[in-house]
Amino acid sequence: MNFDRELDARGLNCPLPILRAKKALGEMQSGQVLRIIATDPGSVKDFAAFCKQTGNELLSSAENNKEFEFYIKRK
Amino acid sequence: MSAEIEALIQQKLDELLPQKLEQLLTEREAAKTPSMAIIATRGTLDWAYPPFILASTAAALGWEVSLFFTFYGLNLVKKDVSDLKVSPIGNPGMPMKMPFGPDWFREIDWNKFLMPNLIQTNLPGFEALATALMKQTIANNGVASIEELRTLCREADVKFYACQMTVELFGFSHADLIDGLEYVGAATFLPIAQKCDVTLFM
Repeated sequence: MNFDRELDARGLNCPLPILRAKKALGEMQSGQVLRIIATDPGSVKDFAAFCKQTGNELLSSAENNKEFEFYIKRK
Repeated sequence: MSAEIEALIQQKLDELLPQKLEQLLTEREAAKTPSMAIIATRGTLDWAYPPFILASTAAALGWEVSLFFTFYGLNLVKKDVSDLKVSPIGNPGMPMKMPFGPDWFREIDWNKFLMPNLIQTNLPGFEALATALMKQTIANNGVASIEELRTLCREADVKFYACQMTVELFGFSHADLIDGLEYVGAATFLPIAQKCDVTLFM
C-alpha cells in the first residue's frame, strides 16, 4: 500500500504511539496516508478507537512477526 | 371535522416526532466536543502517570481536557519533576521485579517471599531503591517520562489548574511551579466539571 509518511513506534508503549500518530497526522494534508509500525499489542484496539473517534480512516491493521502495521488516511 | 384533523395531526406527530428527535440528538452528540476533568491529588512517581496518560490521550482524541492539581498532586506541576519518588509504604500491590539481568531473574517478584511490605518500609534507602527500579522499568518498557507526557499535554492545550489553597497550605511558591498554571479554587473547578462528560478523581 502506498503511503506519504511513516511512523516508527516500535518499542513505544501506551499512549505514545497514539500521541506520535496524532502529531504526524496533524502535519499531513487531508487524504494523505500514514503508515505506523508498533510493537505494543494494545495499539491494535487503540488505533481502531482513535480513528473512530477522530474521523481519520483506518485503511488497514495487520500483525506480522509481533509487529503491528497500520495505515491511516488523514481526514 | 376539526376534531378529526386534530386527531390526524396528533397521529402524524406521534409517528414522526420520535424519529426526528432521535436524529437531532444524534447530530448534536456528533457535533459535540467530548470533555474531561481530572483532579490529581497524589504526588508520587507511580501516581503521576494516570492523569498525564489520560489527559494526553484524550487531547489526542480531540477532547477538551482540564487537569486540577491539588494537595500532593501539586508535586506534578513543579518545574522539576525528576525527584518524584515511588513510596513502598501502603503500596502492597506494587510488584518488585528487577529491570535487569537474565529473564529468570527478572521474573522473580521479590515481594512474594523476600521482603514483606512492613520490612521494606522501614529499610533505610528502600524508597530510593524502589524509585530507581521503577525508573529503569519505565525506560525498559518504552513508557514515556512524566516530563515528556506533561509537555505533550501542554502542547495539546490541556488546561492546567492549581489549587491556590494547597499552594499556601504546603508553602509552595508560584516560582517553584511551571508557568501557565491558573491558580483557582473549588468554585472554579465545579462548574467546569459539571459540563464535562468524564470527571475523574485520582
